[in-house]
Amino acid sequence: MLCCWGMLVHATLDFPGWGDPNAPAHLHVAPEYLEQAYEETATPNVVTAVLADYRGYDTMFETAVIFSAGLACFFLLRVQPRKEEEEDRFFRHLATDMVIRIRTPSMHVPDSPYLQQLDPYWTPRSLIVRAACRVLTPFIQLFALYVVAHGHHSPGGGFQGGVILGASFILIALSHDLRTSMKMTPEKLMGVLSPAGVLIYAGVGALCVVAGHNFLDYGALAEWLGTAPEAARSLGILFVEVGVAVCVMATMIIIYANLSSAGGYKQGL
Amino acid sequence: MESITGLILAKYNYWMYISLMMIGLYAMIAKNNLVKKIIGMNILQTAIILFYISIGAKKGATIPIIMHSEGHGHEAVHAVQYMNPLPHVLMLTAIVVSVATLGVALALAIRLYARFGTLEEDEINDQIREAP
Repeated sequence: MLCCWGMLVHATLDFPGWGDPNAPAHLHVAPEYLEQAYEETATPNVVTAVLADYRGYDTMFETAVIFSAGLACFFLLRVQPRKEEEEDRFFRHLATDMVIRIRTPSMHVPDSPYLQQLDPYWTPRSLIVRAACRVLTPFIQLFALYVVAHGHHSPGGGFQGGVILGASFILIALSHDLRTSMKMTPEKLMGVLSPAGVLIYAGVGALCVVAGHNFLDYGALAEWLGTAPEAARSLGILFVEVGVAVCVMATMIIIYANLSSAGGYKQGL
Repeated sequence: MESITGLILAKYNYWMYISLMMIGLYAMIAKNNLVKKIIGMNILQTAIILFYISIGAKKGATIPIIMHSEGHGHEAVHAVQYMNPLPHVLMLTAIVVSVATLGVALALAIRLYARFGTLEEDEINDQIREAP
């Protein structure tokens, strides 16, 4: 390991110094992106322009990678609860604080506003943490939407916004419990949204084909949107970023819910 | 003496990333616990991400977001004034891949723990060998 370290350090002696404007990395294709991105795509954020337009294919399959990671976690971990499995269920009567234990597996307990289902290893959560997280969550989600929608003009984009959006639901799961958060983001809905994000991305690309251009050539949308081709590219990037954000958010929640409860979705962290 | 200081100032960030990378690689190879291996893999990925980002830096340049000047149109863009956007784009996708691999690796670790009751690699190997 030390030998490998020494060889790599020796190799850095041939590197250009840190921040050297004449380093080879800055001299070939990068200046062209920088100089032409604004004229061609009307997107000030060159990183977003390169990500979603010049390298659109890469990003599309990146979204597919995310989706398949969520799928892999789901198939590895998700277990359907067996009906005849004997397990204790605990319910707390909210008015009197009495706890009921139900052992009969077939007994159906309807959702009731007076009863709260408890986890067997339930511990009382801190009121301050719960209240603070509940107040914070809408602002986090608003910020996430801003990051997605403003990805052209400021640092941001679909991946970042999607992760922030997913993290806000994970914060609810951490501060309350997994059951509360899965009520807000039902498993089936997330399972639909995750591939839907990939489909939005591919669908925008396919629309460009329908309009007679190349796949993911957003300039094709100009006629339908009634704008100049540059502005249409900018809007196309936005559509695609929304697809990325939806896919990333749903997949983050799927991965978290599966990992934290080992697939049972009963009691997470 | 001047040249040595200059050399260190120009290269020390690369040496930091190489050290981080070696820490990650060591953890992946030498550690017995699977979760420690996964942590090592993440350290390695992070080191490479940092390395690429540092390649994108340029002295005296700003972030790669073209400034618009309201009113009097758009001025010509000089590439020297902006950092290289390509490493940022590549690493944005690398972060995504690292999250995906981390999620799948942890899911596999959970399955292994459910099957063997341990995450130590040698104990899992023993159990596999003893099985008929």
